[in-house]
Amino acid sequence: MTTRWFGASVQRVEDDRLLRGKGRFTDDIGDGALECCFVRSPHAHARITSIDVSAAREVPGVVAVYTAVDLPFGGVDLPLLIPHPNLTHGRTQRCLASDVVRYAGEAVAFVIAESRYVAEDAAELVEVDYEPLPVVITPEAAERAEQLVHDDVPGNVAAEMLQEVGDVDAALAKAPHRKKLRLRYERGAACSLEGRAVWARWSEDEHKLTVYDSTQSPTSIRGGLAVLFGLAESNVEVIAPDVGGGFGSKIMLFYPDEVLVPYAAMQLDRPVKWTEDRQEHFTAVNQERAQVHEVEVGFDDEGHLLALSDDFIHDAGAYTPYGIIVPIITAAQVPGPYRVPSYRVRFRDMYTNATATSPYRGAGRPHACFVMERTLDAIAADLKVDRLEVRRRNVIQPDAFPYDLGVVWQDGNIVVYDSGNYPELLDRAVTLLGPKPAGDNVGTGLAVYVEGTGVGPYEGAHVQVLLSGKVVAATGIPSQGQAHKTVWAQVVADELGVNVEDVEVTSGDTRRFPWGVGTFASRGAVTAGNAMYVAARMVADKARHVAADHLEANPDDLELADGRVRVKGSPDRGLSLGAVAVLSNPVRYAFGGGTEAATQFAAKPRPGPPLREGEQPGLEATGYYSPPGSTWASGCHAAYVRVDPKTFRLEILRYVVVHDCGRVINPLVLQGQIEGGVAQGIGGAFYERLAYDDDGQLRNASFMEFLMPYATEIPPIEIDHIETPSPLNPLGVKGAGEAGVIPVGAVLASAIEDATGIPITEMPMSPLKLFELSRGTNPG
Amino acid sequence: MKVNGVERPAPSDTRRLLSDHLRHDLGLTGTHVGCEHGVCGCCTVLLDGAPVRSCLMLAVQAEGHEITTIEGLARDGAALHPVQQAFHECHGLQCGFCTPGFVMSVVGLLAQHPKPTEQEIEEGIAGNLCRCTGYASIRRAVNRAVELGAPAARRATS
Repeated sequence: MTTRWFGASVQRVEDDRLLRGKGRFTDDIGDGALECCFVRSPHAHARITSIDVSAAREVPGVVAVYTAVDLPFGGVDLPLLIPHPNLTHGRTQRCLASDVVRYAGEAVAFVIAESRYVAEDAAELVEVDYEPLPVVITPEAAERAEQLVHDDVPGNVAAEMLQEVGDVDAALAKAPHRKKLRLRYERGAACSLEGRAVWARWSEDEHKLTVYDSTQSPTSIRGGLAVLFGLAESNVEVIAPDVGGGFGSKIMLFYPDEVLVPYAAMQLDRPVKWTEDRQEHFTAVNQERAQVHEVEVGFDDEGHLLALSDDFIHDAGAYTPYGIIVPIITAAQVPGPYRVPSYRVRFRDMYTNATATSPYRGAGRPHACFVMERTLDAIAADLKVDRLEVRRRNVIQPDAFPYDLGVVWQDGNIVVYDSGNYPELLDRAVTLLGPKPAGDNVGTGLAVYVEGTGVGPYEGAHVQVLLSGKVVAATGIPSQGQAHKTVWAQVVADELGVNVEDVEVTSGDTRRFPWGVGTFASRGAVTAGNAMYVAARMVADKARHVAADHLEANPDDLELADGRVRVKGSPDRGLSLGAVAVLSNPVRYAFGGGTEAATQFAAKPRPGPPLREGEQPGLEATGYYSPPGSTWASGCHAAYVRVDPKTFRLEILRYVVVHDCGRVINPLVLQGQIEGGVAQGIGGAFYERLAYDDDGQLRNASFMEFLMPYATEIPPIEIDHIETPSPLNPLGVKGAGEAGVIPVGAVLASAIEDATGIPITEMPMSPLKLFELSRGTNPG
Repeated sequence: MKVNGVERPAPSDTRRLLSDHLRHDLGLTGTHVGCEHGVCGCCTVLLDGAPVRSCLMLAVQAEGHEITTIEGLARDGAALHPVQQAFHECHGLQCGFCTPGFVMSVVGLLAQHPKPTEQEIEEGIAGNLCRCTGYASIRRAVNRAVELGAPAARRATS
């Protein structure tokens, strides 16, 4: 009997290379390339009055120094990736600033040299004169608009969007209870351990550009470079090799280097490489999360939600390259798993003099979850009802699906939850959490969330059985550690009846698969996973038809199992998949590999031409999956914490997760995604804070001061699952990549408030912040 | 200096970091660079058997010493070192970027404490950052490596 791979904890096929130090990350590739260094603005807002690169150009070993005037596209704004009618004042930066810089870290000049050491020496000799301008650093300051980030953007407002379901004012007026809250979330940073890196080579002979890029979207990079440089797409190859984490920051494109490195390689006709250092990662890589919400909620005596109004400002940073996707997601995700009969949400996307923002793992959802869960805790406190009970009374019931939320989603559709069982999540989480530990200063936290995953437009896959019987498969989206090669091998192996070790998956290499979008929004398993399923089914179907002729059987009577195509019930009557691959390609010349079986005198004669009309040679197929809408994963996290009353040190005594991402392809991989997500959430909730000062300087742009958690800060995490399969896709899967991180801020806020009695209305917390808050609430 | 058992010349450029020397002069790109200020631990190698940050050392400072990098733990084609094997079995890596540093730290830890307590494990891995796993699977991997009888002090270089 053939094993079913889907659902099994298959150990990863990626590991061996990585464990032996044989990984191929971008900086590992192409020794001998020229190396580069940026000159970046030290000011958050300034007018450039002069740039002098003459001394830098004279340093021995320097090959070129570019400023905007040296570039044919120096005056071209980088693409605005996702235009939206409400984004009335979208602005993007240029590769190199020549007039005004709008955040500390914005690129001004680009030095290319024989080595990185020389490039850095020369970069220090570039003289840039700046005339500092007033700085707008918080979203609140942006809203006050006493200073402008862009002269031509009134009020610093990039976009405004208002949506209303029901009549919120009327519902609030009638509500027995009303409450207002002001809730604030600060910026966070993805901080993948591999920074960004780009390597490019131009082949004049072949007129071909090859780029290795630590990106989450090689297909879009390829398209953009082809457009910018006037090349045929087929003459541009973009490969995301091993990528050392991304968490959203690498879905942003084009960062200036993604244009400048390929351009330099073409100009200089030599391979060129740029590898980011950690400090520039902190200032030049997109961030996320800062929002300020003004909430008004109406509820009845039992704590049932009647109406919710949320008016929030979102910190865009200095530019809006990724459009308004993040605040759109927040606006759609505030109601979460709860029934909100009347809901109004308005946001304004505000420019500030800080690094631009775009999705970071969770992408608008941690803040949305924080807003809703803090609101429910406030209702519970007002009514003196148990916090769990308030949630039980408001969660959407399992018979309510599909559940139409009535607000717009990031794919342009209206949000419709496809499936879920939120009461079950709550019950299981409470059971798993167990009794509260004894002792003082212990608090309980709880949050339920939903996550729109598997967003379109589509992904594709190519699956081919080789003459050896081994299978190769490819898709356009790259992996940053999500075990794509393993989980898609599982999907393909099931459909072709082969061992998972016999399927080799390539992802993120446009040479193997040029179509598709990227790895983001917890979409890989849904989009590319189902595309793999579709393509593998097409191959299986073809294998049955090719074999049917030779086995003199009806294709419907054939099955694929144990690496063979065989007659159901007569397993001895069959052909190996490799033999079927041979027969699928009629040849004139036997070139080995068993191909003599497919030559003209060997093959069984059949009427008509060797390839019938519509037939294609090879046991291969390309399939696509385009979701009709997002699949909605969900979960509940709960925790007990202890907060030291003097030092405000946080101790997480117990942390439990109940998670639902539909059918699970690989429990081992899923566990890793959740554990990693929760850890990132804990970091973002209590340890990591981007400390911008009033001048717009990031004061903690290093791992010495930006406190990413070590193992010492992360407790064991207990995980349970329920499975409500998605009805939207053939595999029944939902995304899982971001889930772990989403509710952590809300859970810890709830638990810390419960433990200390200090009202928590902002994130992140820290011992110092709690100390300050405690002094505020208990003067003296 | 001896790198993975082979005598290698020091670089002529005295300011070259050991991490850059290993990666770009010797082609041992398994040693990764995550922060270049000694916090993340991605660049951890063994210097005379003890874990050190190769980004905080000049290559010339390694003269006369024995360096083991991730490439030195298991020969090509040979079975994985027990610590590597344990990371595989326990899903102790995702993107794999921090992994060589963790593996070298754990090899160093087990050389010092062949049967570490949970506290010793925590301290042993608390100098390395991982952004993917949340560390739980790495703790499991350390325990598994102990079970596998990691020849902790084994020198692949010998």
